[in-house]
Amino acid sequence: MSDRGILENGFVYQVRRLKFSYRHSAGGQVSRPDEWALKGLDLDVMSGEVVGVIGPNGSGKTSLLKLLAKLLRPQEGAIHLFGYDLGEMPQDAVARRVALVPQDSQPMFPFTIAQTVLMGRFPHYRKGGSLGGFGWESPQDIRLAAQAMAEMDVAHLAHRFIGDVSSGERQRAIIARALAQQSLVLLLDEPTAFLDLNHQLEICRILRRLNEERGLTVMLVSHDLNLASQYCDRLVLLKDGEVFRLGPPEEVIRPDVLEAVYRCEVLVDGHPVSGLPRVTLPGRTLNVER
Amino acid sequence: MRITAGQSGYEKGAEGRVPSAGIGTDSTGLTAAAGATLSVLTAGRWVTTLATLALSSLLVVFACLQFGAEHIGLVEAVDILSRVLRDDRAGIESVGSTAVILLQVRLPRVLLGFMVGGCLAAVGVGLQALLRNPLADPYVLGISSGAALGAAVAILLGIGTSVLAISALPLFAFVGGLLSIIVVYRIAAAYGHLPVHTLLLAGVILNAIFSALIMFTVSMVDPARSFTITAWLMGTLTAPAYPALGVLAVYFLGGSLILFWQARPLNLLTLGEDSARSLGVEVETVKKIVFFTSALLTGAVVSVSGLIGFVGMVIPHAVRMIIGADHRLLLPASALVGGMFLIAADTVARTVLAPAEIPVGVVTALAGGPFFIYLLMYRKGGQAL
Repeated sequence: MSDRGILENGFVYQVRRLKFSYRHSAGGQVSRPDEWALKGLDLDVMSGEVVGVIGPNGSGKTSLLKLLAKLLRPQEGAIHLFGYDLGEMPQDAVARRVALVPQDSQPMFPFTIAQTVLMGRFPHYRKGGSLGGFGWESPQDIRLAAQAMAEMDVAHLAHRFIGDVSSGERQRAIIARALAQQSLVLLLDEPTAFLDLNHQLEICRILRRLNEERGLTVMLVSHDLNLASQYCDRLVLLKDGEVFRLGPPEEVIRPDVLEAVYRCEVLVDGHPVSGLPRVTLPGRTLNVER
Repeated sequence: MRITAGQSGYEKGAEGRVPSAGIGTDSTGLTAAAGATLSVLTAGRWVTTLATLALSSLLVVFACLQFGAEHIGLVEAVDILSRVLRDDRAGIESVGSTAVILLQVRLPRVLLGFMVGGCLAAVGVGLQALLRNPLADPYVLGISSGAALGAAVAILLGIGTSVLAISALPLFAFVGGLLSIIVVYRIAAAYGHLPVHTLLLAGVILNAIFSALIMFTVSMVDPARSFTITAWLMGTLTAPAYPALGVLAVYFLGGSLILFWQARPLNLLTLGEDSARSLGVEVETVKKIVFFTSALLTGAVVSVSGLIGFVGMVIPHAVRMIIGADHRLLLPASALVGGMFLIAADTVARTVLAPAEIPVGVVTALAGGPFFIYLLMYRKGGQAL
């Protein structure tokens, strides 16, 4: 299955009338409208975009990301990935196109960072179609994993156990695993949540560079509105499982829009360098008498 | 058009580009260096490790054959076995009762012990990965007692004429084991993984329910049979007939191979179901295969040897500490070490109070229980062990 032809059309994701509820997955019935995590969501993602998914807690950001990676199945509506119905794609076919960096991964077993990153090669090993899990990593797999580790600055930690490093280092290792997956789409759930400023910037720049150099389509969920504003081409602002506003940062990061969604007062001005919108909380008023 | 470059350009992009905060600026050199030192599992290391363990297993088997109520010297044992291989019947008969003890009692028992230990350890590895808890064990989780209940019901119904008959007994034990696995997994699924306290609680409750039902079953049968069931429940290895051993060997080899076939998906499943799925694992399929196989192996083992605890927890845990968490090596290595451990434990069981024997389940529980407590107290709930 070649994605090239479909990519010419430019659509990575076409999401139509997507409805999802956790009650359904638990075997229950949806009786109240607020039990839908997503209520009929429409979204197009074009190839080569960096899309930020923002919104308050519980607005459906993570659910959307999980649905896009086929970790959850929608009750209604459809998702098309490169023109294919996601519901009919085998999991490994999805994994060769879409890599996911989950919010927080708690390692329970003593795998090293190198072993963890190499796990990103699994969907390619399975390309033969067998269900089996036996075989060795090829030199190509090892080379790609080593490159991904170098890229995410974790090569020096290759032999440390994933549970023994700091959460920032772990996060970078997980992103390296996603890079080793060599997907066309990268989904990230709060990629900078555990990172210090240096590594936050680092990851944003790497994502931007991967996007520019290789046309990687990036979708990231973030609570950090400023980061989303600075590094994303388009923002999806979710509210109660629906798209409240969709557009470039200038159209979404606006005081009236944010106040309607977050129900608090915010200040928005221009970033001193990029000129893109910048959000500040009101803070306290100081009596400066000087 | 950027995409075309993007899809095949991963390597191209990485070359001649300086990682902005990388430790090395020459990415080619770094790749080579990292590639050379990546301690990934290679076929060479796999073969060496398993060959060493297989050789050790053979040595342990020979060592354990010597001990028992009557000591059989190593030279004599090797001599008798070599005569068997040469099909020298007259020679075997000339050795007399020693040959009978070795061939009819000790050897089948040692082989049985090896396979039972191997199965328990392999099942432990599989369950630990699926439940994302390095302390999972068929005995602690109540899966063995579920299987035991199934077997006890079969005896009550008079389906299994003797405890060691390989008939409907493993089937009933399998059904009992599968039921408990499903209950345990439902509990685990509610949390995303099985936290230690939930694991222990689920095990305690399942064990209590099944023990009550087993006791009820025992009270329903005539005294002679109830004695048989009780003795078997304690976890005993008795010398089986060779055909029964053959059947168990089919379970052991078949089941281990199936689990082994899932080694890479199991590696990914330790990351959690969502991560495994996002890396291309058909999680539901793998789960079904592993649960079904685990129940089958537990059923087979319990129906021949009763409740032998902690082998499935202690062995994979110890092996993982030494050779790492990769299931491609961990699974077969644990099976071999589990086999060695159980025949060593059984040798202790039949020699410490010789000529009397203690149930091997007592020995494994006395060895494994304290280890379990140690892990709970000092390793903070089994996280990232």
